[in-house]
Amino acid sequence: MTDLPMTFPHILIDNAKKFPPTKAAMREKDYGIWQSYSWQDYLEQVRDFALGLASLGFKREDKMAIIGDNRPQLYWGLAGCQSLGGVPVPLYQDAIHKELHYIVDHSECRFALAEDQEQTDKLMHLKDEIPRLEYIIYDDPRGLQNLKKDWLIAFTDVQEMGRKFGKEYPDYFMDEVNAVKPDDMSIIGYTSGTTGNPKGVMITHRMIADCSRGFLEWDNLNEKENVMAYLPMAWIGDHIFSYGQAFCSGFTVNCPESTETVVNDQKEIGPTYIFAPPRIWENILTQIMIKIEDSAWIKRKAFAYFMKVAGRVEKKRIANEQVPVGDNILYQLGWFLIYGPLVDNLGMSKIKVAYTAGEAIGPEIFEFYRSLGVNLKQLYGMTESCAYVSMQKDGEIDSESVGPPAPGVKVKIADNGEVLYKSPGNFLGYYKNPEATAETLEDGWLHSGDAGYMTEQGHLKIIDRAKDVNKLNDGTLFAPKYIENKLKFSPYIKEAVAHGMNKDYVGVFIDIDYGAVANWAERRHIAFTSYTDLAQRPQVYELIREAILKVNKSLSEDKRLKNSQIKRYLLFHKELNPDDGEITRTRKVRRGFIAEKYGSLIDALYDPTKDSVDVEATFTYEDGQTTTMKATLKVSDVDTF
Amino acid sequence: MNEKGEPILLAENISITFGGLKALDNVSLKIYPGEILAIIGPNGAGKTTMLNILNGFYKPDEGRITFEGKKRSRHMKPNHIAAQGIARTFQNLALFTGMSALGNIMVGRTMKMHSNIFSQGIYWGFSRKEEIEHRKAVERIIDFLQIENIRRTPASMLPYGLRKRVELARALAAEPKLLLLDEPMAGMNLEEKEDIARFILDANEELGYTIALIEHDMGVVMDICDRIVVLDFGKKIAEGTPDEVKASPEVVKAYLGTAGG
Repeated sequence: MTDLPMTFPHILIDNAKKFPPTKAAMREKDYGIWQSYSWQDYLEQVRDFALGLASLGFKREDKMAIIGDNRPQLYWGLAGCQSLGGVPVPLYQDAIHKELHYIVDHSECRFALAEDQEQTDKLMHLKDEIPRLEYIIYDDPRGLQNLKKDWLIAFTDVQEMGRKFGKEYPDYFMDEVNAVKPDDMSIIGYTSGTTGNPKGVMITHRMIADCSRGFLEWDNLNEKENVMAYLPMAWIGDHIFSYGQAFCSGFTVNCPESTETVVNDQKEIGPTYIFAPPRIWENILTQIMIKIEDSAWIKRKAFAYFMKVAGRVEKKRIANEQVPVGDNILYQLGWFLIYGPLVDNLGMSKIKVAYTAGEAIGPEIFEFYRSLGVNLKQLYGMTESCAYVSMQKDGEIDSESVGPPAPGVKVKIADNGEVLYKSPGNFLGYYKNPEATAETLEDGWLHSGDAGYMTEQGHLKIIDRAKDVNKLNDGTLFAPKYIENKLKFSPYIKEAVAHGMNKDYVGVFIDIDYGAVANWAERRHIAFTSYTDLAQRPQVYELIREAILKVNKSLSEDKRLKNSQIKRYLLFHKELNPDDGEITRTRKVRRGFIAEKYGSLIDALYDPTKDSVDVEATFTYEDGQTTTMKATLKVSDVDTF
Repeated sequence: MNEKGEPILLAENISITFGGLKALDNVSLKIYPGEILAIIGPNGAGKTTMLNILNGFYKPDEGRITFEGKKRSRHMKPNHIAAQGIARTFQNLALFTGMSALGNIMVGRTMKMHSNIFSQGIYWGFSRKEEIEHRKAVERIIDFLQIENIRRTPASMLPYGLRKRVELARALAAEPKLLLLDEPMAGMNLEEKEDIARFILDANEELGYTIALIEHDMGVVMDICDRIVVLDFGKKIAEGTPDEVKASPEVVKAYLGTAGG
């Protein structure tokens, strides 16, 4: 396969030659209509932008920050930057000033590309503090036309400059593209990191291309696929999926109209392939549950009944056993009445394959989608490996493992239980951070920091973060994330934080799902004023207790985990928020931080004499302002089995 | 945006009486092109009456109105005035509740449509082309007000704040020369108010609309308006920039009451 182009500018040029102008490379819903761009359009847009950058003085190895929702222009900007041998640095669009400052400063960006006024504003603040940042380019001119600055330029203006530049130097673009080598850095992805400052993961063209092609072959995906690009461009998953795989296969990437219209847009497009982190799957499930709760009695009953049927059928299917005739008939009926319409409403009726990646998914959530007939599979990877380590094979699905190692990947388990691997996607190192690189990469083996083991079928099973897996005082294995994911199956629980390291039993903080619980409370005429108020209602404690009982029941069925059933819990007074530092942008719980900030709450969980605890909390608003509030939180016991 | 010059609308010595109650007493005001003018005053001061007179819903007993240099005849009906280029929103929502947000906004284009009901029914040739043109204009407004996600939602199912926004969209769809807003932020929470204030400012700055609005929230009024007219018991008691109005003793009296009162 050496004849395949290995750098993204080359792949783009190849696609523009290979595919007919009628083949959509990208679609964007604009003014209510899906606008298509062919691969030829894509190339032209990228070339014009790249040449415009060149005319502004963009040099090889310059960095360009990219921030905003998934817009074609931002992907073009990314490719344009790469065409000149530059390195794009995508940023999380909801990141606060401090984080952006760190990344833009650390990565030494000279250029920045922003989606709209909101993002441009953030960058303009940064420009005051970081003189190295020279130019800010924006896509949506709304609210920016009146700002006349030399260093603030519209995307289309840059392209116009590029067209002029291209007339003057007709060979410039191809010369620059041909100077890009497969082992050049193609992107720096900053990992959110559950501890300390973000780290810049250096990745090359070859890594992304190899991994993308590996994924495509694994599932026989081709240029006919349709995908929705709505996850943050700064997430490696989106980069591999909406950029790497789209380039390598030629399939169509669809950008939704806005973040609020994703569900509707997805219904219109009917994607054939989905790649999303568990929280997306959790959110969709919660939405379904709210709607079902709101529906008529007979519909609720029918839904509950047929989901049970589907669950039974799926268990057989996963085990590759024969489905009993009766259940098969019921499943067909259920398909006609429930599953079919539901899947169609979610825009998932054309799905060939869907992946959940980035975090562990609760087995119940996973099975829910599979039982509906959506071919949801698990994948394990990290930014440091271009998300390419292991994934499940059709016909070898198992809700608790993440499948066999992907082609070209070697996995081994260290003596302390940590998962180590060699993947074609293994990164070059952390940008300007050799110490961290040395800690993570040893002789080509990447230390994942995850604890896991290989099952008898040769599948990798991840238990938890290695440093989080602990033991209770009685020696029972305690895997907090495993318990939390089980809790999160309840539509009423948004986040959970389990404690138990060096304790006698497991206690949890629960973050209720405000939307779902508010809906539940309204239907029962429970009055409340705010999140804090709602969370402290005794009825809500009761509601969550039921959810915990279910989890305890399921834990009691596993011999190793029987003693890690939850004994006490409290409902949190606020939503865990990345702005407050409690979770990362990709919604991973930052345990150390929480333990430090809410030590008194943890003490109350383990002090049986206490049934409530006072808390004082500081909130950070989106604009960076803070406010303090006080609340009294109840601590409640729960039965174990 | 203090471009003075010829006012787009001139109301001179307006008086109107409802069964012995003098709702407006000899009030004059000017609206200049490109400005945002606020009409404020305590409850019952005659603000909505003034707006109703400006868009021709009421006929003043005395006084006259000149719009774009043309004196308004007493026989003009509100729809003629709307056709002249004055659009408004209402204090109490007046959307077609069974219609989608999109349908409601399309209604705002009615003034601009020329094909008749029969050719529209057939939807062919000119009327089809026209409909597409108008839909494009409406989509730009939807984009402007960021309501893409509720395009197909019936108005009755929308929360209050969004209904207000759809109403604003409908008024904008008429591409008016003068936009009258009757309490665009009434009953909204802080966040919704901030959103609407942003949209009003954008409509003024980016799209160049001339806007006259009634509003109770003083903070918003002071922040977004170029000029303010203050009414109290049907009389104009002050007029000027926000700072001038804030300093006026009459305004303080009308809003806070006198010492001991």
